[in-house]
Amino acid sequence: MNIVVLVKQVPDTWSERKLSDSDHTLDRASADAVLDEINERAVEEALLAKEAHGGEVTALCMGPERATEAIRKALSMGADKAVHLSDEALHGTDAVGTAKALAKVVGTLESVDMIIAGNESTDGRSGAVPAMLAELLGWPQLTYARSLSLDGSTVTIERETDAGVTSVRAELPAVVSVTEKINEPRYPSFKGIMAAKKKPVSTLTLADAGIDAGEVGLSGALTQMVSSAPAPPKEAGQQVTDEGDGGTRIVEFLSGKNLV
Amino acid sequence: MVDYRLNDEHEQLRLSVRSFATKEVAPVIGDYYEREEFPYPLVSGMARMGLFGLPVAEEYGGMGGDYLALCVALEELARVDSSVAVTLEAGVSLGVMPIYRFGDQRQRERWLPGLASGEMLGAFGLTEPGGGSDAGATRTTAELRGSEWVINGSKAFITNSGTDMTGLITVTAVTGTKPDGGNEISTIIVPAGTPGLTVAPKYSKVGWNASDTHELAFDDCRVPAENLLGERGRGYAQFLATLTEGRVAIAALGVGLAQGCVDECLRYVDERSAFGRKIGENQAIQFKLADMELRAHTARLAYYDAADRMLRGEPYQKQAAIAKLASSDAAMDNARDATQVFGGYGFMNETPVGRFYRDAKILEIGEGTSEVQRMLIARELGLPAR
Repeated sequence: MNIVVLVKQVPDTWSERKLSDSDHTLDRASADAVLDEINERAVEEALLAKEAHGGEVTALCMGPERATEAIRKALSMGADKAVHLSDEALHGTDAVGTAKALAKVVGTLESVDMIIAGNESTDGRSGAVPAMLAELLGWPQLTYARSLSLDGSTVTIERETDAGVTSVRAELPAVVSVTEKINEPRYPSFKGIMAAKKKPVSTLTLADAGIDAGEVGLSGALTQMVSSAPAPPKEAGQQVTDEGDGGTRIVEFLSGKNLV
Repeated sequence: MVDYRLNDEHEQLRLSVRSFATKEVAPVIGDYYEREEFPYPLVSGMARMGLFGLPVAEEYGGMGGDYLALCVALEELARVDSSVAVTLEAGVSLGVMPIYRFGDQRQRERWLPGLASGEMLGAFGLTEPGGGSDAGATRTTAELRGSEWVINGSKAFITNSGTDMTGLITVTAVTGTKPDGGNEISTIIVPAGTPGLTVAPKYSKVGWNASDTHELAFDDCRVPAENLLGERGRGYAQFLATLTEGRVAIAALGVGLAQGCVDECLRYVDERSAFGRKIGENQAIQFKLADMELRAHTARLAYYDAADRMLRGEPYQKQAAIAKLASSDAAMDNARDATQVFGGYGFMNETPVGRFYRDAKILEIGEGTSEVQRMLIARELGLPAR
């Protein structure tokens, strides 16, 4: 069972996140960068599958040079090796470009049985890359998994969305995206941290992976961000003194918002 | 060149433990503390991370790290809570290390895999009801009768000695008389549950309330002769070495508490307003926080220095005593100041600083009182022993 886990470095959700003024892309220097939490769960699920069925876990990351820190976290948790697609020309790549680039890199890897990804990153939040990647590879997609089980060459998930829970099954190879309910990720041990330093990380440029530079980056993006503004500060709440009519006032407030 | 920064692996470990402490420990520890309950799920989580095996070689199921790695983990845990930190501290520095350092091959193979993986906890029975710092005055006896040691006496304030996970207690006992007439002290491994060993109900404590502490009674408690740890008569030297190491670990724990006070205050002074502005804008508060950071920082450098000398195999008794003293002072002073910054809320058990205040005091007492540390430093300065 050879599993590729998509990992992404994102600005820590605990720190203040900003877009750059010039091209409205993420200002990566402004915030602490961490491995996206949903990816930790994806890595965990891959490691559980490997522990049960054998094989190898490869972390695949597209991102700038400093994304090596996120890769190392995945390796410290127990992934066996990593592939890092890093090229300045990737700056500003949108979801479609990202899926195309990742599909090319997956094509360079040998015998991949399953790709596991987080359902959506905490920065871009498009939630589309796993599905796009599956489409480009021509593999089944099993998204929003809250549980995953493997049986021979079949993968089964419980798919949970606002519409309900469904059971989805597909033949491998397949792409699975997981939600935050899938598992509790392990914390890297000291042994894992030390072992991570010796694990192979191959760094690829666009040319190495055979990616057409015209399909990625800001210029290749199918979507364009034309303007951005910081979220407005929270407005002060409205205080209502109960003068015997508190209940009525609450109903008035709620019905004014069409909530009752 | 002096380098006071952690190397890359230790820094990664620090981040990993910090993440565990803030995500897993912080949300639930207040309730355990209030109920005076041992937090088994958290201790299991620490075990899964390999924290109990940090300084132990991989061949015995450890992580192949060093004592500084343990200290770094302790600091980050204590930044959030001292009960879980002291459970690890006592589990490793007092539970694992005597067996790792002084045990023979058979003893190491029998006990270390369980202890280092955190499947079982080890405890160290040194202190007695009649004396802590004067450990030479041990009254518990162990008599070799045939192929068994027969132990009689009692031990006090023994951390990790009564949990469901407790696997063994290493006990110091008088095993005879030395040629000079003094007591011959040896260390003996007593597996948990051995007949004749009675674990008293847990103490009601001022602090460290989610940690496990008991008094132990030995009444004709019999263990095989082979449970002698290392050489007969080496008990005194063994526990001195164990305690010197342990001082550095406790120092790290105290630094964590001192830094946790800074963390909590930084959050609070940005939220709390009085007289029309955030209290963090007041110089009186700012200076308090500056002093708190100063204490945590300098105490941290002191334990880094002691740990560095230990790992280099150099003498570090003086530095260990300085680190322990500086750290427990920093913890106590910061806890007092943090509680003051929080005002009435600081006096509530539900705030972490209220917990820190209660947890700080024991740091001036446990594993060598502040007076003992001063005595050790004075002796290292060449001043006469009384």
